[in-house]
Amino acid sequence: MSTTLESRLAALRGSAPPRPMDARTLAALAANPGCGRRALLDAAGVDKGAVAEHLGRPAPFGQSQFSIVRGNAFEARVKADGCAELLRLLCERLGLPAPDEAALPDLSAVGPAGRAERTRQALEEATAAGGWSLLDHPMLRLEVAGSAVHLEPDAVVVRPDGRWTVVEIKSFPILDGCADPAKVGAAARQSAVYVLALRALAERIGRGEPEHTVVLVCPKDFSNLPTCAAVDVRKQLSVTVRQLTRLTRVEDIVSELPEGTTFDLALDDDRRTPRRPVEELAAAVDAVPAAYAPDCLSVCELAFHCRARAHECGAVEALGRGVRGELGALASVDEVLAAAAAGLGGAWQADGEGSAPAEHVSGGGCGVGGGTDAHGYAEDGGDFGGGDFGGGDFSGGDRRDFGDDAVTWRLREAARLRAEALAGTAAGGRA
Amino acid sequence: MSLIATLARMEALREGRARPLATVRHRHLSERPMVFVPLTTAGEAGAPLGALFGTDREEPTLLVVPQPRDRDLRFAFLAQLAQGMLPYLEGYADDVDVEVRKGKDPETGEPVEVERELCRDAPQLLVPNGSGVRYVRLLGRSMRFRRTAEEAPDEPYPVPSRVPLLGRWMTHFGERALTPGSCLLVSMTDLLSRHWASGQSGLEDQHLGALLAWLDPPPGVHGSEAALRAETARDERGLLECPPAGPATDPAFDNKLLAPAITRYDAGLSGAERAVRDLVGSQLRPTWDHVWRGLDLLRELPPGDRVAARWEGDRWSYTGHRDRLRAGEPPQPKRDDAVTAAAKLVRRETDQVRLDAHEALDDPLVMAERRLAGEAFAGEVVAVEMAYSEGRSPRPRPLVSVSTHDRPHVEPGTRVFRRLAGKAQEAQVAAAEPGLVVVRLVNQMGRGRVPAEGTVPEPGDVVCLTAFEHDPRPAAPLPPPEETPWTHGGPPGEAAMGASAPDPHTAEDYL
Repeated sequence: MSTTLESRLAALRGSAPPRPMDARTLAALAANPGCGRRALLDAAGVDKGAVAEHLGRPAPFGQSQFSIVRGNAFEARVKADGCAELLRLLCERLGLPAPDEAALPDLSAVGPAGRAERTRQALEEATAAGGWSLLDHPMLRLEVAGSAVHLEPDAVVVRPDGRWTVVEIKSFPILDGCADPAKVGAAARQSAVYVLALRALAERIGRGEPEHTVVLVCPKDFSNLPTCAAVDVRKQLSVTVRQLTRLTRVEDIVSELPEGTTFDLALDDDRRTPRRPVEELAAAVDAVPAAYAPDCLSVCELAFHCRARAHECGAVEALGRGVRGELGALASVDEVLAAAAAGLGGAWQADGEGSAPAEHVSGGGCGVGGGTDAHGYAEDGGDFGGGDFGGGDFSGGDRRDFGDDAVTWRLREAARLRAEALAGTAAGGRA
Repeated sequence: MSLIATLARMEALREGRARPLATVRHRHLSERPMVFVPLTTAGEAGAPLGALFGTDREEPTLLVVPQPRDRDLRFAFLAQLAQGMLPYLEGYADDVDVEVRKGKDPETGEPVEVERELCRDAPQLLVPNGSGVRYVRLLGRSMRFRRTAEEAPDEPYPVPSRVPLLGRWMTHFGERALTPGSCLLVSMTDLLSRHWASGQSGLEDQHLGALLAWLDPPPGVHGSEAALRAETARDERGLLECPPAGPATDPAFDNKLLAPAITRYDAGLSGAERAVRDLVGSQLRPTWDHVWRGLDLLRELPPGDRVAARWEGDRWSYTGHRDRLRAGEPPQPKRDDAVTAAAKLVRRETDQVRLDAHEALDDPLVMAERRLAGEAFAGEVVAVEMAYSEGRSPRPRPLVSVSTHDRPHVEPGTRVFRRLAGKAQEAQVAAAEPGLVVVRLVNQMGRGRVPAEGTVPEPGDVVCLTAFEHDPRPAAPLPPPEETPWTHGGPPGEAAMGASAPDPHTAEDYL
């Protein structure tokens, strides 16, 4: 990363201390890769939660202390007695005899950089020694878009043959051999980032073989007894790698921002009260194109703000990721409704008071994900005959246009059929 | 989501309130449903925090676990839940109709008449949302393998009697809920979003408060604004004004109020139990009211014609489970064997197709979706030409020309169906061109050479023909479990016997 980019990012962040990226933020990038807003704010280390709060749309996230306590208690239990239980489980899963002893190198050091260095040494020594080693909370370093990100997996196991396995300890249960797929998916994405960091390290020190199968340790059924499962994260790995290489695009995003853009909250002397005018901050945020989808609501702090913006410009994606597929080039609700209205003989315009098309709010604010191609409805668009029945009261002249655009035709048909059915004049159903 | 449903959502967005997706009610609603609003403890699997349940809107039963991680308190909660729910769940078991069916004698194979009981009605459990349905399954799983002191005197942690029984009922209800269109256990969000389109995504519809805000916004308030308020508005203590519909709680509630209250309970302070109880009740009550409000809205819709026929499937399911309990069968296994799993899958697939057909036939708005998809078409009969089949005794095979605006995906030879006096009349497409489809009627016209009156449409009639069957039949039966082919693991052996073994226990009192 060039120093100019670094200084641009620092300027974007303003006076606040940078929020370091972690495995979760990196994994989240893989969840919605098309979003430039998230990519930029994360790369600049902006506290998105604080920004969202100041914008008046705070993220509804939070973690219950019950689950934190439970998670810590479970991890402590798994790692009790020098991780003996963890090693036993692991060997059982790998089909290897449990080792009599395993090295548990001390990884404590000052600061994340120091701990990362210590981890590197320990991994190097353990791999050279050719025995079993278990690194409890090692610190890994990954270069992301030119800046160092520190990552802390729950454990990494070094096997006598030099293979390294990432261990993730989670407190959701594996019930009768199954776990919540959404939670497993999140854990897999997170672990993939660790594997990536281990690969980079293995390459640096010239030994060690990080495995793409990670081990997930969870409570079994309704107990607090641990059980484990191997999770192949190859797919998540390739997605993450692709996303990280695309992160260089941050440079492009930055270059398109107006001069002087910043997400600084201008905190007061008490370091708590933001002084930045809300409209100004909103304008800065909206200058970065976003790709809002309803799934964002559960993962991104800014989602409520992006949703409000998407609604303001009537973006069809606000209704669901798949919605766009059938709508071709029509990107806004008003466009779709207007196109559909032709199927109703213009009735909608007549009663459409108060539904004036919303003005596009700001330049980049309404950036919605890249266009999806319309389905190729290669239907014969020709004229179709038929009598004058039902609710269709369009003139013959309109019909000729239908074939020009399969999307518009389908929309008009959908509107006509829907109106017909609602009006109770339908020929179908209860006829 | 179909294009028509997308359009409905957009209409809702424009008008600021939900728009209809159906003109009739497609799900059975019991006269006396039991509403069940559970809450669970964050981070713990199967540790309920409390529940509000009952059949009387004004007088729900509130059960609260003051320290959810304490096994004894948890068991006491489950025992009380069993006491409160089982009379309702079992209350329909003895009111039966006796059906006589043709069957085969198991030994001789001779056709005999078999009498089967069918419960005349069945209970219905209503939960707020989809995670509520999953939670019922989870609770069922956590209870059904437990042992009571009577069953297993050596059991270190026996549960109160009737708890495993409730577990088996909940498992059955949870399992049945996976069947498309079934109504023994349904979530209010599913019911509402089946019948109305809100101006938000399906994901956001899972928030019962927000969905109801779209259905019934305060006067002059746009649905999206009302929904946002339901999702995010917080009071001066930082608590959500509309608590989540569970079973997960609001983390802010956990951290600010519940955790300190539980700490006081653990310290044995007087009144602490009452305080936890009031807190949990305060989170449950709004959701309770929402579920009943949703029920009011649904009851305004007239039921679809085929809803009762599908409810009969639920009644059979209920009766079947009753019979298994009475026969003393062991609890449902943790995992189905190959044949059971395949049979369930086939049944669910058939039920899905049947549900889709039924809904379309009951509701012109659903039929509109099928017509748009090219799976049905409607139009005016413009000509009827009498024709006959070849052979020694020619049968009427009239050709009916239907003029339509629809563009059905049919070609000569496609079987199509239309409704005729409660049955499906079959026809075959003879010719299809844009705007005009000619079909040849092939049955339901009586025995004579001349079609029975009213069995052939006349010019000017409006007809609707579907390319899907009206009452699809299940596929060929699968082999019994003891004949499981080797490709599917062979007959279940000893391994299956251990499938219902109780869960391991940990010595600690706490989870």
